[in-house]
Amino acid sequence: MKPKPRLLTVLDLLAAVSVLAAAGLVFFYAPVEQMMGAVQKVFYFHVATAWVGMLGFGVAAVSGILYLQREEERYDVAGSAAVEISLVFFLIAIIMGSIWARPIWNTWWTWDPRLTTAAIVELIFAAYLLLRSGVDDPERRARFSAIYAIFGFISVPLTFISIRLLRTIHPVVIGSAEAASQGGFNMDDPMKTAFFFSLAAFSILFADLLWHRVRLGELQRKVIALRFKSYEEED
Amino acid sequence: MLVFSLLVILIFNFALELDLQARTSLSAGILWATFIFAGTIGLNRSLAVEKDRGCLDGLLLAPVDRSVIYFGKAVGNLLFMLIVEAIVLPLFSFLYAFNVFQPGFLLVVLLGSIGYAAVGTLLSTMVVQARTRDILLPILLFPLTLPVVIAAVKGSQGFFQSLPYEEFSVWINILVAYDLIFIAVAMMVFDFVLED
Repeated sequence: MKPKPRLLTVLDLLAAVSVLAAAGLVFFYAPVEQMMGAVQKVFYFHVATAWVGMLGFGVAAVSGILYLQREEERYDVAGSAAVEISLVFFLIAIIMGSIWARPIWNTWWTWDPRLTTAAIVELIFAAYLLLRSGVDDPERRARFSAIYAIFGFISVPLTFISIRLLRTIHPVVIGSAEAASQGGFNMDDPMKTAFFFSLAAFSILFADLLWHRVRLGELQRKVIALRFKSYEEED
Repeated sequence: MLVFSLLVILIFNFALELDLQARTSLSAGILWATFIFAGTIGLNRSLAVEKDRGCLDGLLLAPVDRSVIYFGKAVGNLLFMLIVEAIVLPLFSFLYAFNVFQPGFLLVVLLGSIGYAAVGTLLSTMVVQARTRDILLPILLFPLTLPVVIAAVKGSQGFFQSLPYEEFSVWINILVAYDLIFIAVAMMVFDFVLED
């Protein structure tokens, strides 16, 4: 078995430190938003976790394409790892969003484009994992989940556009002037620092978790191979 | 598939107590929910039969491109959906005294069914090779076909409520875009679905 790479340990530490530092920035450095008060602080990690969720979706689709092209097992491991991590992070983003929405919109949930799209993405992730668990042959499983990841990645923007045409109240914080009435706000500099630092911190965390999960996948494969070998020796 | 869709319409009638006013706004949703559920049954059957009787292997032996098999199955599934719709729509019209025979609406039905059959055929070819196949298809299919459902329902509603065409033409554009994109992608990846 390969020992844990040195770089991975460094990345572990970096992820831990940067997420802690991001939390520190959010709580002590970024000012309290005037209209919404302390609940606005959810925003920093809400956007960061949602970003990680979408990042993982992208990684899954790209590794799906790469798998279909080259048929190398590591792309399959990477794709499923990305989906598993994204499932968790997207759920966190949705829950955090609900916590924010309760006082601001006076409801936990509305059928707004982003919320609905988030729910759909979450369902696609769940379906992806169910598909994987339903197919036994590893090579076939890899092909099917690659195809499903690609299909999901294409259909989600269309879903987003469709629902956007239906209705919207989600604030567009960056690059929008008329969001204030929907709970949007303008970020001043310390807020921006905390925001972008959180984004970076969660991206590092994502890379770290992905690497760990890919390693785990490879070890899993090795265990299965060894088990087969031991059966053959018994016979 | 046909009996099922008639039953769904019956159930909606009692579940929602469709009076004249509710009918105008809900009809499109009821019809599409019926088509989507019935379509899932049809898709599941169409490939399961091939697999269980070993016809799939026969198809694979045929000296044609894999995409030909895909289009064959997709057109077959589409045809079945259209036949069911051709029976359900007049009945719906008759039972609820509601005019569904408008060329624009029929176009929406056609476009929506094409998109649904295109994605559904590909996924059901995958699903029949899985262990948990009967429950897996709707779980995989519904989140992917949500744009079709939204656009088809809004497009149909536009015709039912006789709104000016400019107000809902965007939904028909979305349907066309969805159909084209997914037929193209499905054609590209179908080789990988039936590799062995």
